[in-house]
Order: sequence, then C-alpha cells, then structure tokens
Amino acid sequence: MLASDGHPFVLLLPFVVVAGFWLLSLLDPKPVHRVSFWKRNGTAVSIFLIVAVGLWALFMIVLPQLFMVEMSFRPKLPPTAMGGARDIYTFENYRYFLYGSTRDSSNWNSLHLTAFFTTIFVSVLVTLFNFLFSYPLAFYMAQVATAARVRLLLLLLIAPYWINEVLRAFAFRVMFAGSGVINRALQGLGILSEPFDFLGNNVALYMGLSYAYLLLLVFPLYNAVESLDRRQIEAARDLGAPWWHIHLFIVMPHAKPGIASGCTLVLMLTSGALAAPLVLGGPRTLWFTPIVYDRFYQAFNWPQGSAYAFILLLTCVAFVLLVLRLTKLSLGEMTK
Amino acid sequence: MTADVHLDAMTVRFGPFTAVDRAELRIAPGEFFSFLGPSGCGKTTILRTISGFIDPTEGAVRIGGKDMAGIGANKRPTALIFQNLALFPMMSVADNVGYALRVRGQSRKQRQKRVDELLDLVALGDQGSKMVDELSGGQRQRVAIARALAVEPQVLLLDEPLSALDLKLRQHMRRELRAIQQRVGITFIYITHDQGEALTMSDRIAVMNRGRIEQVGDGRTIYDHPDTDFVASFVGETNALPGRVLEMTGETAVIETELGPLSGVNPRKLMRGSAAKLFIRPEALRPTSGEGLSALVTAVAYEGNLTHVSLLAGATPLAMLLGAGDGFAPPSPGETINLAVTHATILPVSDAGI
Amino acid sequence: MSSRHILKLMTGFYMLVFFTYLFGPLAIMGVTAFNTPSYPQAFPFEGFTWHWFDVLFADSDVLYGLKKSLTIGVFVVLLSVPLGLAGALVMQQINRRARSLYYLVVVSPVLTPGVIIGISTVIFWRDFTTLTGMRFMYDGMVLTVLGQSSFIAAYCMLIILARLQRFDRGLEEAALDLGASHTQVFFHVLLPFLRPAMLSAGVLAFLSSFENYNTTTFAILADKTLTTVLAGRVRQGTTPALSALAVTIIAVTVLGAIVYEVVKRREDARRDTKLRAAEALDAQEMVAA
Repeated sequence: MLASDGHPFVLLLPFVVVAGFWLLSLLDPKPVHRVSFWKRNGTAVSIFLIVAVGLWALFMIVLPQLFMVEMSFRPKLPPTAMGGARDIYTFENYRYFLYGSTRDSSNWNSLHLTAFFTTIFVSVLVTLFNFLFSYPLAFYMAQVATAARVRLLLLLLIAPYWINEVLRAFAFRVMFAGSGVINRALQGLGILSEPFDFLGNNVALYMGLSYAYLLLLVFPLYNAVESLDRRQIEAARDLGAPWWHIHLFIVMPHAKPGIASGCTLVLMLTSGALAAPLVLGGPRTLWFTPIVYDRFYQAFNWPQGSAYAFILLLTCVAFVLLVLRLTKLSLGEMTK
Repeated sequence: MTADVHLDAMTVRFGPFTAVDRAELRIAPGEFFSFLGPSGCGKTTILRTISGFIDPTEGAVRIGGKDMAGIGANKRPTALIFQNLALFPMMSVADNVGYALRVRGQSRKQRQKRVDELLDLVALGDQGSKMVDELSGGQRQRVAIARALAVEPQVLLLDEPLSALDLKLRQHMRRELRAIQQRVGITFIYITHDQGEALTMSDRIAVMNRGRIEQVGDGRTIYDHPDTDFVASFVGETNALPGRVLEMTGETAVIETELGPLSGVNPRKLMRGSAAKLFIRPEALRPTSGEGLSALVTAVAYEGNLTHVSLLAGATPLAMLLGAGDGFAPPSPGETINLAVTHATILPVSDAGI
Repeated sequence: MSSRHILKLMTGFYMLVFFTYLFGPLAIMGVTAFNTPSYPQAFPFEGFTWHWFDVLFADSDVLYGLKKSLTIGVFVVLLSVPLGLAGALVMQQINRRARSLYYLVVVSPVLTPGVIIGISTVIFWRDFTTLTGMRFMYDGMVLTVLGQSSFIAAYCMLIILARLQRFDRGLEEAALDLGASHTQVFFHVLLPFLRPAMLSAGVLAFLSSFENYNTTTFAILADKTLTTVLAGRVRQGTTPALSALAVTIIAVTVLGAIVYEVVKRREDARRDTKLRAAEALDAQEMVAA
C-alpha cells in the first residue's frame, strides 16, 4: 500500500470517532426525564458546543497525533518521489532508533538508546528528589501554617512560577558558569583550585531540570494535603504514632491522588523538557528531546523525528498507565 | 387573573418507581391549597409536574381547563418558588424581580414601574439596588415571591420555601404569605412536610403518602376526621391502639384493644370482626376520678401553656396533653391515674400506616 | 533544648534552604542585570548600570518576539477559553459511557510533552492545508495558536468544570419557569455564573501561552516569539541584557500578583461586611417577628 493513500483513510477517522461516540450514547440506558441535548442548550448554544468540541478534539488533538504517527511509518523522500513506488509504509525509522541504520541491525544505536534511557532514569530521579524536597513545604502550608502565612508563601511561590523555562535555565547557566558565583565561592573557600565544569558534567542540567518543575509539584501536593482533616493527625499523635508513621500511613495515603498527579506531571515535563537541555547541556550531554529536535532541524528528517516523538509519547502513556495501576486511581481522580 | 388546576388521573413513574399514583384532584381558583406528606411521598413530583419540569406518565394536568401536555415550563401560566429560592446571585434584587419581564423583551425602563410595584407589595421598596447576598433570609423569601409574581401567573407553586428559616421567622412568614395570597387573589399550591404550616395557611390540604393522595379536606376535617390511619398518625400527635371490632352501633363502634374494649366513631363503617386501629388524640385523654383506664405516669414535661404527660397503661405507652386552662392539676411521675377518653376514631389498618 | 525547639529550628532551616533554592538563582541573575561587565556576572559587583535595559529595549528581535508573543497570547485566550467552556459543558452533559473516552481525549494534551504537541500540529496542518488548498493557514502564528490552545484549552476546561460542578440546576429551572428560553438561560444565568472561572482561565491561558517554549519552538516555523528569540540568544552566548529581560518579567509578574492580592483582599473584606450586615438583618427580623 502506498503511504500517500493513507491520508483519505486518516481523514475518515474522525467520522469513525464520532460514530463511536454516537454508538456509545445509544448503549447508555435512557435516563428518566432527561431533557435532550438540543433542548437543554438551545439550538445556537448546541451548535457552538458541537463545533467547538469537534474542532478541539478532532482537529487539535486526535488528527495531529494520528498524522504524526502515520508519518513515522513513512520513509524520508524528496518531494518528487512522494506517492511514487518508494512511498510505502515501513519500520525503518524505528529501526534507525534501535540500530542507528535503516538496514543493518548488527549494532545498537548506542548514542540514541543511551540518551533515551538516561532521560527516563534521570527524570525519575529528579521527580523523586522534587517530591521529597517539596513535600515538607506542602505539608507545612496545608496543615501547620496560619492562613496569613499560607497566603504569603503562595505569593512567594507564584512569582517564580511564571518565569519561562528559558530564563530559568539561563539563571542556572549564569550561576554555574566557569566564572559564575558558585565557582568563585568554592574557589574563595579553597575547596576548588580551579573552576569546575558544572555545565559539561550535567550538574547544572539536572539541577535546572529539578528547579524548572519543582513548583508544579508543590501546588497539587498542597491541595491534596490541605483536604486532610487536621484532627486525624492529632488523633494519630494522641495514640502515640511516631511522626514518620503519621506521614507514611495517614497523610500520604490521603494525598495519594495529588501525589500521583503532581509526580506524573513533573515526570512528563522533565522527560519532555527542551529548554533546559538546550541551554544547560554540554557537548557530551545526553537528553532525548534535543535529539528529537535535531531530527527535524538538523537532519531535516521529519518521518524519523515523528518516530522519535511517538516513542517519547508511548513512554509517557506507559508511565501514566503504570502510575494509575500502582496507585489504583482513575484518570479522573488524578487530573482533578 | 386566577385559574383552577385539575389533576386528571395523573400518574408519574420514574422507571419502575411510581412517584405519583393516579392523583385525581381539583384545586379551585384562588384557593390556598397544600400538599402535606413525609419526604418521598410524591408531593414535590406533583409540583414539578404542574410547573412543567416533569411530564405525567399517564393522565393530565389541566390549568384553567387547558391540557398542559407539550407546554414547557417557560410557557405555562404558573410560577414556582423553589425550596432554596434559586435567586440569581449575580443579579440585583430589582433585576431578579424583573427577570421574567426581561425575557419577554422589556427594557429596564419599561419594567421599572412593575418592579417597584412588586417590591412595594412585598415591603422591599427601597432594597432594589442591593445584591441578593446582602439580604436577610426573610427578605430573600420576599424577593422570590415578588420575582414569581412579576408576570402575573395564574397559579403560584411553592416548594417548602420556608424550610430554611428559623422557627420564629417561619411563623411570621406564614402569616405574611397568607396575606399576600389574599392580596393578589391567585391560586397558591404549597408543598410542605410541616403540618403546622399546612394547617395555618391552607384552605384545603391533601395528605399524601407513597405517591397516593390519602385525604383531601380543610385542616379541621383532616385533624378531627381523618380518613386513613396514615392521616391520623401523620397529622398531629396520636395514640394508636390496634385491635378488632367487637360491635358497631350507628356511627360508633367498640373495638377490643390490648387495654380492653374501647369505643370510638366509625366513619368507615367497619364491620364486626375486622382488624382496626383506635386513634386517640393526646388532648382527648383526660384524668378522671371515676371509672377509666388505669395508667402510670412516667414523665411530665411542662411547656408553659401546655403540659405533656407520658403514661404507661399496661405495656402500652400513651401521651396526654393538658392545656393550662383545662382546669386539671398536672399529675406527678410515679402516680397512677384513671383516664377518660373524650373522643376516638376507629379506622381500618392499612399496610401504608407508619 | 526541647524536641519542639528542634522541630522549629529544623522547619526554619528547611524553609531557608527551599526558598534559597527557589530565589537564589533568580537573585543572582537579577544582580547581573545591573552589573557593568558584559558577561553576566554577579560577583564581584563592579558598578551599577541601567545599560543592559537600554540594550534590551533597543534589540529589535526581542521587541518583535515580544509583540508576537503578546499577540499569540491574546489569540490563545480568545480560542482556548471558549473551547474550554464548550469542553466543560459537554463533559457535564455527555452520557456516562462516552464520558471516560471523551475525558481521555480532551485531557491527554495536558499529559503529552509539549514538543510532541508542536510536532504533530505542524505535521497535521502542513498536510491538511495542502490537501484542502488552504495553504495560507500554514503560518507560524496560526499553528502556534492552535498548538498551544490544544492543551491550554484543557487547563481552561478543568478550571471551568470545577465551578460548573457547583452550579445549582435550580437557577436554570427558575429562569425557565419565569419564561426564559434555553438560550436565554445560557446567557443570563450560566455564563454570568461561570464568569469568574472564565476570567481565571483567561489569565492562566495568557500566562501559559506567553511562557511556552516547547510547543512554540516547533509550531512557530520560521517566525519567532519572545521565548524562541531568548532560547536562540542563550544558546549563542549569554549577555546581561537577558538578565535585564528576566528582571523585567519578574517585576511585571510580582506587580500583577500584588495587584491581584490587593483586589482579592478588598473583595473578601467587602463580602465579609455584606455577610455580617445580612446576619444582623436576620437577627433584627427575628426580634421583629
């Protein structure tokens, strides 16, 4: 089958999706005395709702993803060869990710594979560190501090929250530069005799990544812990539970949805981060997103880039499913 | 203008559940009519069916002789006052009151006069520019009434609107509602589970239980001459003694109860041998120095104008109510006294009783 | 020393570490914006200068990017708030079986890495505009607005949905009962009720759009926004003018946050007085009754 034949097929998919929804709605047992959708909203509003949600769900979410996935199974061809005999569906882009070549499979593509697994491994570590680092603050704000102090703390937290990633990364670059504050301080204290290359050794990158999404963990944690009745903690303390026991078996189980959603979000954002690795990475830095970026803007190989992006997407989906399975939560509870 | 409301063998079912079972009722124009019953008895369903939010499964609602089938809530000559009032929090008092005129295309200027008139009617003349959350509970109540009256509905439907108020204010608002009804002269249909409200305000009351209308009548009839054991026990306090009819003579009958044979009126003409219950109101029990039921006084609660006496006759607990002006000296706990029964009603036992 | 004291001391120390981590890098960067050396240097402080702000505001690329970012932000607000509103309303009305699938579709952009959203947007619209002959739509700004809105609309939906769940259907019925049509109910009752949530959603949408990099860097094509200009500059080499820009952004943000706080406090105070007045009225009425 020619790959370019794929488009009409892909364009048909939205109708399949709509038909699916319609079928699902037929299956639903008819609720008693429910006003119909058209009647309840009025014609004008009903049309707005359907058009808006259709545009959003189909043209901004589903179709782009489908097109990207479809492209990832096509070879890179010059425009003239498109639709020709060589325009067939293929796994060559995925083969390249694994073996570094579209044909030969004798050697692993160690550079890309290492980058991929490093990205996942470091993202997990960064998320874990961020959780441990922000949990006490979230707990303090939610259960200990007075209302006025919480307000002040929230204000303090919100300000850096809205500075964009590029500038945050830039701040770390300034700080960790060869003649930056850190190096000067360490030299001044006599710990170092000459500047240490924080950027080349990924120290700045990992700290910058942790810094970039730290606050995204504080807010969900705070919300989750805040809904816990303080008397539960007091009761546990009254019964003689040690502090770690209270946190592990009372506060954290209660805050589970918040912890799960915050950690998932941070993990996604960290593994998909682009600004920090671009700004803080040294020449030997391995991170997956810049590689994806390069497929598009250095190699100009869009199908290959699509394949790489799809691999990243699948990893994220796998992570979300894993978290949902481990925590026994539903997606709705997690994204509250 | 006012209209009569006719529930014509109206049944409402939600799936397998029958919320209202063949209600047949004519409410006269200009009447203050109440539906009284415990929660879940179907009274709210009746109200929502009259207002057009629910369609009857069988039968019909007729307002002013016209079948309302297929006419939406926004096209009916009724106005509904919700239990929580449902005032629009983002509009001022005047905008709330004038809302029905606004959706009929009147400009703010056009509706000004009518809004002022309505605000005067409910004694809120100077509050029009306030927001709803700046009003007291009683004032909100009045705004809801004024809002519902804006387009001169023929029937006003009220869904326990006083239930959120404090006791004292509630009693005050009962009088006020009644006064407003008499002033505007339209049909009021009132839903409540509070018998005091129903008895004080209504021309007539329908007592409902499990989707059925058990009895329709004015307050006195319902209280003094209940038709069913449910009505007897739900409206007002009562002592119920189950037994079997021994003999019937004209209007009265004698029933064998656990306290021996007792007589009472027999409105349903129960025959000898049928299972029945004897209902005695607490105020129909009187201490007597002569013959009577012997009972032990277990507790005495003094409530100012009334004294509530708890008794034990054999194993049966009884309640007696003595008014301050009745001329009886309240007994003391531990005492054994003789009781006379001044009035009792015998009714058939139904499985629907409480 | 009691254990209480130790706990307090530890809490204090932790707070110090946390907020040093949070503000330290920004503070150091802030200082470099006012220091004279041409390389961003916080220490030693060689002399105070506004020079880097002049350089910043003379930089045509930065100004162009800023203008683009602001324009895109406005369009993103105009697109994603209505989309989020529609999404929330449909979420509430859709039947139970379809709801979980629908939820999965519309919330997925929140959990999708930004680069993937950018990439897929570009690929789809390139093909789609070619197929349908609407090539003029294949424009960096249009694609950026569409790409950003796909996930920002989901944020908006979640915010609006939270308020929608507190909506009293009784208000809708009350309006219908008073003779309003269903369309009038929507505009007179539901929209005013949702307005605060839509306003917050709008603010959040604008800020999210303004600071976005991952999606934008793909979707903007050959055009540029403030963040992509910045990223380019930072990769080329660092200059204190970038610090100056960061300082400007922080200042604006903090100012905004303070204004928001003041307005909110005033609002709260007003509501408190209202509430107390209403309570007093209730008490009066009780006495009168």
